[in-house]
This record gives sequence, C-alpha cells and structure tokens, in this order.
Amino acid sequence: MKLDNIYQEEKKSNFAKVSEIIITMASRPSGFIGLSILIFHVILAFISPYIAPYDFKAINPTLMLQAPSAEYWFGTDDLGRDVFTRTILGGRTALTITFFGSLIALLWGGLLGIFCGLVGGKTDDIVMRIVDAFLSIPWILAMLLIVSLLGTSTEVLIPALGFFYGKGIVRVARAATHDVIAKDFIISARARGHSNISIIWHEIIPNVRDAILVEGAMRWSWMLLGFSSLSFLGFGVSPPTPDWGLMISNARGLMSFAYWSVIAPIVGLSSLIIGINLTADAFAKALGIDRSTKAPV
Amino acid sequence: MLFLIIKRILLGLITLFIVSLITFVGTEILPGDACTTYLERQAFGEQLEACYRRLGLNVPAYERYISWAVNAIQGDFGYSLSGEMPIKEVLGPRIKNSLVLASAAIFIGIPIALILGIVTALWRDKLPDVAISTVTIFAMTIPEFISATLLILIIAIWLEWLPGIVIVPTDVSFFELLPNIILPVIAIAMIMTAHMARMVRSSVIQVMASEYVQMAILKGVPYWKMVFKHVLPNALLPAINVVALTIAWLLGGVVVTEVVFNYPGLGRLVIESISNRDLPTVQALAIILASIYVSINLLADLMTLMLNPRLKTLQIRK
Repeated sequence: MKLDNIYQEEKKSNFAKVSEIIITMASRPSGFIGLSILIFHVILAFISPYIAPYDFKAINPTLMLQAPSAEYWFGTDDLGRDVFTRTILGGRTALTITFFGSLIALLWGGLLGIFCGLVGGKTDDIVMRIVDAFLSIPWILAMLLIVSLLGTSTEVLIPALGFFYGKGIVRVARAATHDVIAKDFIISARARGHSNISIIWHEIIPNVRDAILVEGAMRWSWMLLGFSSLSFLGFGVSPPTPDWGLMISNARGLMSFAYWSVIAPIVGLSSLIIGINLTADAFAKALGIDRSTKAPV
Repeated sequence: MLFLIIKRILLGLITLFIVSLITFVGTEILPGDACTTYLERQAFGEQLEACYRRLGLNVPAYERYISWAVNAIQGDFGYSLSGEMPIKEVLGPRIKNSLVLASAAIFIGIPIALILGIVTALWRDKLPDVAISTVTIFAMTIPEFISATLLILIIAIWLEWLPGIVIVPTDVSFFELLPNIILPVIAIAMIMTAHMARMVRSSVIQVMASEYVQMAILKGVPYWKMVFKHVLPNALLPAINVVALTIAWLLGGVVVTEVVFNYPGLGRLVIESISNRDLPTVQALAIILASIYVSINLLADLMTLMLNPRLKTLQIRK
C-alpha cells in the first residue's frame, strides 16, 4: 500500500518536474529572454511558409536591391527577391538539421560515454584515444571534406554533424558516469546480478541524464553555428533555398550599398543562436549543473 | 615528475598517430581518390594513369601510408595537386601569416580577458558585471562570420577607417601586412577574449567562495591584498588549460574569419584545397592543425604541472 503511494507520486511528478524546470528557467531574466526567443523562432519556423508575403525564389530584375519600404519591409536582394520572405524562411532548414543532428550526437555520444565509463580498462583507453584524436582535428576541416566528397544533402549533413558534435559529449557522459559508478546503488545492482545493460538503463542513465541533456542543448547552439558557417562558406544548403548563412555570404559583397539584405539574416541567425545559448544556460542552472568552467570543445 | 611529462608527451604522440590514421583512412574510405576527385570528368585513360603514377597511388594503401608518414615526419608532405609545387612551400608563408594573426590576437586578448574576467568576478551581479557579461555573451555566441561582417560594415564601409579586406600577396613582408590585419585581429580577439573572460570570471568566483578566502576575510586581511595574494594565483592556474583549449578551438573559427577578410593564412588554404579537391594538401593540413592542437594542450598541461606544486606528486589528470 505504502509502496503504491510512492510510485504514484513518482508518476504524477514527471510532468510536474518538467514544468517546474521550465518555470525555474523562465524565472531568471536571461532564461526568460532565451526561452522567448527560442519559442518565437520555433513557431516562426512552423508558420512562416503560410505567412510569407512573396515567393522566396521569385527573381525579379526590375526590383534589384530596393531599400526597405512599405511593400518590401526588409528591401530586396541582388536578384530582386524579397528579403523579409527569405529571412523568415531562412531558419527552417538550419533548425531542422541541427535539431536532429543534436539528437544523434546526444544518443551516440551519451551511450558511448556511459559504456566507456562503466567498462573502463583497455576498451575505455582505446576509445578515448580515438575520441581525443577526432577532437584534435578541427571540425571545420573534417566537415568540409565530408561535404565536398559526399554532397550537401540532408542525409549527409545530419549524421555528419551528429557525429562530429557527439565526440565532446562522450567525454561529458564518461565523466558523469565516473561520478556515479562508485556509488552504493551500482554496487548493489551488481551484487543483485544485473547485467551491464540493465545497470546502464536503470541505474546510470537516470543519474547522468541531466548532465548529458545540458551538454546536448549547448551542442545544439554550437552545431547551429557550425552549420551556418558551412552554409556561409558555400558548403551547406544549396541555393535557392533560403538560409541565413547563405544569405549573409551572398549579400556581403554588396553591403556597401545594400546593407539591409545582410542585416536581416544577421539578426535572424544571431538571435536564434543567442536564444538557444541562453536557454541551454538556464536549463543547466535549473538542473543545478555547473558548466561555467567548460571550454568550448 | 619527469615520468609524468614523458607520459604526457607520449600520449600526445599517440593521438597524432591516430589522427594520421584517421585522415588517411578517411580520405581512403570516402568515395573517389585524390586523382579521380581532382581530375573529375577527365578521370580516365592516360591522364588518370599519369596522375596515379605521379602520386604513387598504384601501390597498396598500407605501403603508401608508411611512406607518407615517414616523409611527413621529416616535414615533406609531397606535392599539392593544383599548384604542382611541394606542399611544404605552399604551407610555409601561410603558417607565418596565420601565426602573425593568432599571436597578435593572443597578445591583445589575454590581458584584456584577464582584466575583464577579474572585474566581472569581483563586482559580481553589479552594474560592471552585468554590462560586461552581456557584451561577452553576445561576442562569444554569434558566429565568427557575423561579427567579422559587422566589423567590415561598420568600421570599413560606414566609418571608412580601415581597409575591409586584405589584398596582399601570400608572401608579403611583416610590416606591409600590419595595417591589413587590424580588423581580422579584432574579429578573432573579440571572440577569444569573450571566452577567456568568462572562464576567468567563473574561476575567480569559485575561489572567492572557498574556505581559505572566507578565512582571510574573517582574519581582516585587506581586500586588495587578499585578492592579489590569495585569490588570483589560485584562480588563474586552472584558467591556463581553458585558455589553451580556447586557442585550439579557434583553429576552426580562424578558417571562417580568414575567408571573410580574404586573409592569406592556413584557414583560407583549408577552403582552397578542399574546393580544389586537393587531397594531399588536405591531409597535410589536418595533421598540422592537429599537431598545433595537441602541442598547445601539452604545453598547457606542462605549465599547470610546473606551476602547481600539488600536482607534482599526483597522478596526472586524464
């Protein structure tokens, strides 16, 4: 009877826990700003195809580089396309690709890290050396190489980004696993004869989940930064798809007389990255995880 | 102590060995080899044969790896495909240019980062902290190409103070380069400084909350004496590693910054060689950039080891 009660409380509190975390996050000014920006961008990504005033790829030579006006709120670009339309559509690809990329990074990085932390010994040594080696190759070199050889389709970008941003999570997950591995409940689970998989699932994951999730949230903003850098360099989304990185790189050459076509995507991209960053920070603080001394690897 | 240093160096070498394997196997596994990717549609018949012979691609992969590795250790990375000149000669001036850029940024960035970090930590949650922290968060989160583009737009185009892009030949002398690098250095230093200032801030805050600082306050040690004698030495030590990681992390960011400013450094060479599908140069770049990363980290570890008497007797941190 008593046990039943405990379980029911557990179950009820699951939804409550999530909303409690969100409320804690929003109670700080920086967390509130971050969450609002992120939610704004996500909503915008969903509704933008329906509210876009013009066709994003409609080229009109008579409307080249028009200054912002009542008709074209953010002006037009060098091909006469509406900058406002392209700006509100410009985050969709980036958001989708980096969101799924972070999920992949979270999954493989987290699981491999937990596994290494639990198993230890030779396997751990070898895996960590390989992870170290991958960490020491600049991500941009590796990504550019992959993209230039395999193409820039979504099926290439998502796993490639997921792989390269997951190797940092391996370290975090491994360190978090090391923190819990010596605790009594793991030892008693071993004594009960649980298998490694069962221990990982029932004992370790609930304890390291927060640290890994926070790391994943942070990676999301870095991945967005990396992805838009790729687009900016011409190795990401291919034209005419509207994408902020690509828009900035196209409009950059003409910005001495058409600054509006570069300012709009800059505001879009910066606000989204800052929004995700502040949200991830607030998320970490709400879960009580200190990542202030972590370097951006 | 000596044992630890040797062990650390060995680990670094092992990492580099794995990096060389990864780059080699990576370029081997991905579809297309150096010749077919470089020649693209002309990749058939005699031309392909000649290219294979020139690069020695007609011998088995492991033999090629060994000869490549042996030559690479001696600083000979073979020939680049596009320029048809030794990669060593292509790399030389580029490394010099990037080094100028990076050391200028570090030279400016570290003192500013220290001051900002300490100020924000000592005046935590007060006006100076809130103001500086907001700016640093902005500076470190927005992508390099955005801050660089904004710098060009505001300082070069609107204010017309400095040239916006670097138009100099690759092998330009140091003094001719100097006025051209001000904007790129600012762009790089800004992000680096912001990162380091945040690290220094949290490190100082942690030490300020420690028991021995509380004790010093209770004993009535004057505030500034306490800060300089007790807080800073302990707070700045862990910052060394973080500074090293930040510098190493910038290796990736420098690529983008160099492209924005058209700066003839290593970063732009990365883009150029990948656009030209020049795999031998890409391999050389990967191993060189990885060596820089590994040696900076090694240096930081050794410095912490030297400066921290407590670590001398302990097992080195993995």
